[in-house]
Amino acid sequence: MSERYTLTEAAVGTLIDTIAKSGRRVLGPKLVANRIEITDLKTFAELAQDGQAVVSAKGVVFPKVERLFKYRFEGGKTIALDDVEPNAQPTVLFGVRPCEARAFHALDVVFNWDSKDKFFNARMANTTVVGMACTKADESCFCTSIGSRPDDTQDSDILLSPRKAGGFVAEVLTEKGKVLVALAKDAFQPLAGNAELIPPATVAPAFDAKDLQQKLAAKFDSPLWAEQSLRCIGCGACAFVCPTCVCFDMQDEADTKQGQRLRSWDSCGMRIFTLHASGHNPRDKQSQRWRQRVYHKFSYYPERLGTLGCVGCGKCSRACPVDMNLKQHLAEAASKG
Amino acid sequence: MEDLNNKAKQLLESGAVKVVIGYGKGTGDTRRPIFVRAAEHTGDLVFDAACTQNLATYLTKAEVRAMGKMAIVAIPSTLRSILQLAAEKQLREENVLALTVLDGSLRELATFAAIEETVATIPDAISNADQQMIDKLTAMSVSERRAFWAAELNRCVKCYACRSSCPMCYCERCTMDSNRPQWIPVASHAVGNLEYHMVRAMHLAGRCVQCGTCGAACPVGIPVHLLTIFAEGTVRQHFGQKGGASAKLDYAMTTFKPDDKETFIR
Repeated sequence: MSERYTLTEAAVGTLIDTIAKSGRRVLGPKLVANRIEITDLKTFAELAQDGQAVVSAKGVVFPKVERLFKYRFEGGKTIALDDVEPNAQPTVLFGVRPCEARAFHALDVVFNWDSKDKFFNARMANTTVVGMACTKADESCFCTSIGSRPDDTQDSDILLSPRKAGGFVAEVLTEKGKVLVALAKDAFQPLAGNAELIPPATVAPAFDAKDLQQKLAAKFDSPLWAEQSLRCIGCGACAFVCPTCVCFDMQDEADTKQGQRLRSWDSCGMRIFTLHASGHNPRDKQSQRWRQRVYHKFSYYPERLGTLGCVGCGKCSRACPVDMNLKQHLAEAASKG
Repeated sequence: MEDLNNKAKQLLESGAVKVVIGYGKGTGDTRRPIFVRAAEHTGDLVFDAACTQNLATYLTKAEVRAMGKMAIVAIPSTLRSILQLAAEKQLREENVLALTVLDGSLRELATFAAIEETVATIPDAISNADQQMIDKLTAMSVSERRAFWAAELNRCVKCYACRSSCPMCYCERCTMDSNRPQWIPVASHAVGNLEYHMVRAMHLAGRCVQCGTCGAACPVGIPVHLLTIFAEGTVRQHFGQKGGASAKLDYAMTTFKPDDKETFIR
């Protein structure tokens, strides 16, 4: 059973300060030039309590570029390999939305599917997630369609819920959460009486993910994907803002003496995605790549990994330059046939 | 708007065009690209001040071209893009028809000559905000300017939304995607980001129609359009040539003229 406490706004500020002084990096949603970014958070006042960050917090555990190893050409055929240790800075993600928190599970099932990814795991082990329940949503949000809700506790170590009278209720859900409580004991006061929370945001369900998964089984060859993707311009904005998109590309950067291997984010939107060395691409058309995006998240993930590859945050829809609204497209896929 | 809907309907009914590329209602108050292929759907077309995206990028998209003759709802930058695409042999006159609203009235522009004539009457329009920003950047010292762009490009994730949304970025294989050889670092680190945006700006110098669609497309709000607008402005200033003014290629960066004012080239 989780423990519940109450924190005043000042106490949240103290908590942020105490975490920072303990040598941990504090990152959270902050309004920067009309956009919310997940960035260094110093005070409670900086924390954006509503709205969605443009780019997800995924980069904390799966950065846009990560060096995996280095090598040196030592004459002849001798190549020396140098391991690189993960730069797993102790980090607290503070005040992120519950959908962002939930996304870490979707990443975890891939990075620990067959081989255990030491970079992801080292970063994840050193990351604590303090979620904040949403009291506002917009029309791109669809967490309730994928089996979540605006005050979902899943994969948060602590969940903060705003109270009507100001301040927050903190639900401490994991051992990592308890470590933060122990750091700043005075900030966490026992909850006496009713929590009196501000009601969570209303997010009307647009489809049912299980029902969608079943319908997708018969829709692989549907003309729907070509129709929906007609306006898609094939960039990677959706994948790169997405908290669960996990596809990556490997690139070597080398000269005649030495080199390094880098792992970078990849996107199924792009023309060269899954392009074979032979020149053949099994997903030659934008419609096939769009279909891959939908099936990967809503069919292959649940079939093979037991979880959805989507948390319903709507970041992709907000970031899309041509308004490919994922919620609408999925609702359409679930409603027809 | 009623004129536009009627015209689109008439074009589709008569079979004069197979698709009308235009704007429809998007999420919230936004507009999104739509592709109307049947007369009964022309009511979905919207045209108002919120229609700011240059749709010319779809004129080279294989799936759209495969439909047959295209009509496109054109804002001034779209008309310029059509001319530039024509100049670069990416578009045939018989494959496209522009529908544009000027001074409140709808015009159907069926030839490149008609588009050239129309474009010549429309003043270049860089927004005040963009012009102010360019002036501010130009007044900076080199180190200040470098610091400004380093901070902006730090947010770049190399999603290539700027490239994909640009009507002039139509190459099937972009140099940026080449890894053997790797001309530009593919990874989105500081050097990779800077080199990508430098190359993009240089590649668009003399070809950019200054529509700003790349900047609007950027999910993280980097004003990448200022780079191409500035590069285009430099070509205009030094060579007196304008991207998107003519359907005939007269491109400062690749054209040789025996009477070039520079002696080294002769």
